[in-house]
Amino acid sequence: MPRYAALIYEAAATAGTGTPEDWAKVMAEYTDFGATAGAAGVIGGGEALQPTGTATTVRVMGGAKGGEVVTADGPFAETKEVLGGFYLLDCSDLDEALKWAAQIPGAWYGKVEVRPVIDFSQGM
Amino acid sequence: MTEPLEQMIRREGGRVLATLVRLVGDIDLAEDAVQDAVVAALRRWPTDGVPNNPPAWLTTAARNRALDVLRREAKRTAKESDARLLDDVLISINEATTDSMVRDDLLRLVFTCCHPALALEARLALTLRTLCRMNTAEIAAVFIVPESTIGQRISRAKKKIATARIPYRVPADHELPDRLPAVLQVVHALVTVGHHSPAGNLDARADLASEGLRLARLLTELMPDEPECTGLLALALVTHARRASRRDAAGEVILLADQDRSRWDRAQIAEAAATLDAAVRLHRPGRYQVEAAIACLHGTAVSFEDTDWSQIASLYATLELFTPTAVVRVNRAVAVAHAQGAAVGLSLLDNLGEADLAVIDDWHLLWSTRAELLARLGEVDAAVAAFDRALECSPNDSDRRFLLRRREVVATERREAS
Repeated sequence: MPRYAALIYEAAATAGTGTPEDWAKVMAEYTDFGATAGAAGVIGGGEALQPTGTATTVRVMGGAKGGEVVTADGPFAETKEVLGGFYLLDCSDLDEALKWAAQIPGAWYGKVEVRPVIDFSQGM
Repeated sequence: MTEPLEQMIRREGGRVLATLVRLVGDIDLAEDAVQDAVVAALRRWPTDGVPNNPPAWLTTAARNRALDVLRREAKRTAKESDARLLDDVLISINEATTDSMVRDDLLRLVFTCCHPALALEARLALTLRTLCRMNTAEIAAVFIVPESTIGQRISRAKKKIATARIPYRVPADHELPDRLPAVLQVVHALVTVGHHSPAGNLDARADLASEGLRLARLLTELMPDEPECTGLLALALVTHARRASRRDAAGEVILLADQDRSRWDRAQIAEAAATLDAAVRLHRPGRYQVEAAIACLHGTAVSFEDTDWSQIASLYATLELFTPTAVVRVNRAVAVAHAQGAAVGLSLLDNLGEADLAVIDDWHLLWSTRAELLARLGEVDAAVAAFDRALECSPNDSDRRFLLRRREVVATERREAS
């Protein structure tokens, strides 16, 4: 069966900055989708991401592996690059995640944005 | 309240906070606890006397305060995670704090507040708040932004540290090349803004420059084997040594050529030179060592005319290898003009690439530099036009008055000559 990634782009308002009522409504809609698509057996995995304020972008200079690693605060600002894929990294902290991110070839062919996944078990 | 006591508490506050963050693992809780301890100290020490070991007193008071908060929180929420945190804190609190632990605590706080995943402005605000114990009003006064902006910068940075899990640890030696520049950049910005910022309250900026120097000393003490740290300290020292001569009584800028060198702090310049020597002996050159070398050559020159300009010009060429920026290239052109004549300097400005010009075409100092070189070559009309171009770059008021003065002098010399 072919696999597809559904990449979710949304206004910052639904990403944790709205009122608790807004947030509850959005969460209910996602729960609803999860139940429907889950029952249909199409969901192979997925995560919610923390807001872009927690993002860090990594780039390896020189267009090749081993170049200087430049780390910057903030999300990837879209220019001519397009989203080419993603990895889920299990790391103990941001330093470890950035270390691995800087080894992804995309870091020297473009940039890699690292953002924490929301851990719903810790409460919001 | 006497000022020295507040100053001493501020000086020790960074160390106490660093230890508290390790003990409780949360910057906000640690800050509140240290703040309460400081308030208690300011209330009790003037009457009870200053304790023998003020940082130990402050640390004990702050950790007791933090424990109270954690106990209350654990009771209120009855959450297992809160109870576990309390247990962890109780265990770590019972360990004695040694000097090397304090050293590591400070380094951890430095590297967390100056993590490259935080923007420079956030790093600056957070470092001033935590390590320098400045409040948001004081920080806002230095950067000339509303207090709420600084408050948001700090809370956003803390949120990122917590949510993205920026770790509270000292980087391993092999990680330092990636991590140290973000730290040194913060100290360099404090020194630069403190001494050269065009606007803002003069006293606030003087405080900032002193904090920059203090942090540079602290970092060199903590990382004695890092030549760029030591080089930055040398740069901070020699910059600080010349502070009294940079502006006149009215706060107007005085050019290096016109500064009263008898007001330079010779002892501090000598300390800078010795500090730089120590850095250079580690045989790992870098931009801050080169910048310090340039500043020390200026600092030790008997007069402007007596300055070793050819040495300074060649140091700028070296600096360009480390930081190939348009600003460095313009500064190099100035040094070359003094060493080899205005025409050679001017040709360097003429040869700036398009990429450079895109960055600095609206930088008034590019145009005022060109104006000064043209004036020296007797090209008065072109010089006046370049001053006009500089004035179009919307310089701040102080620079604007300075440019108008210089423009007038150059134009007058022509009238007198003709």
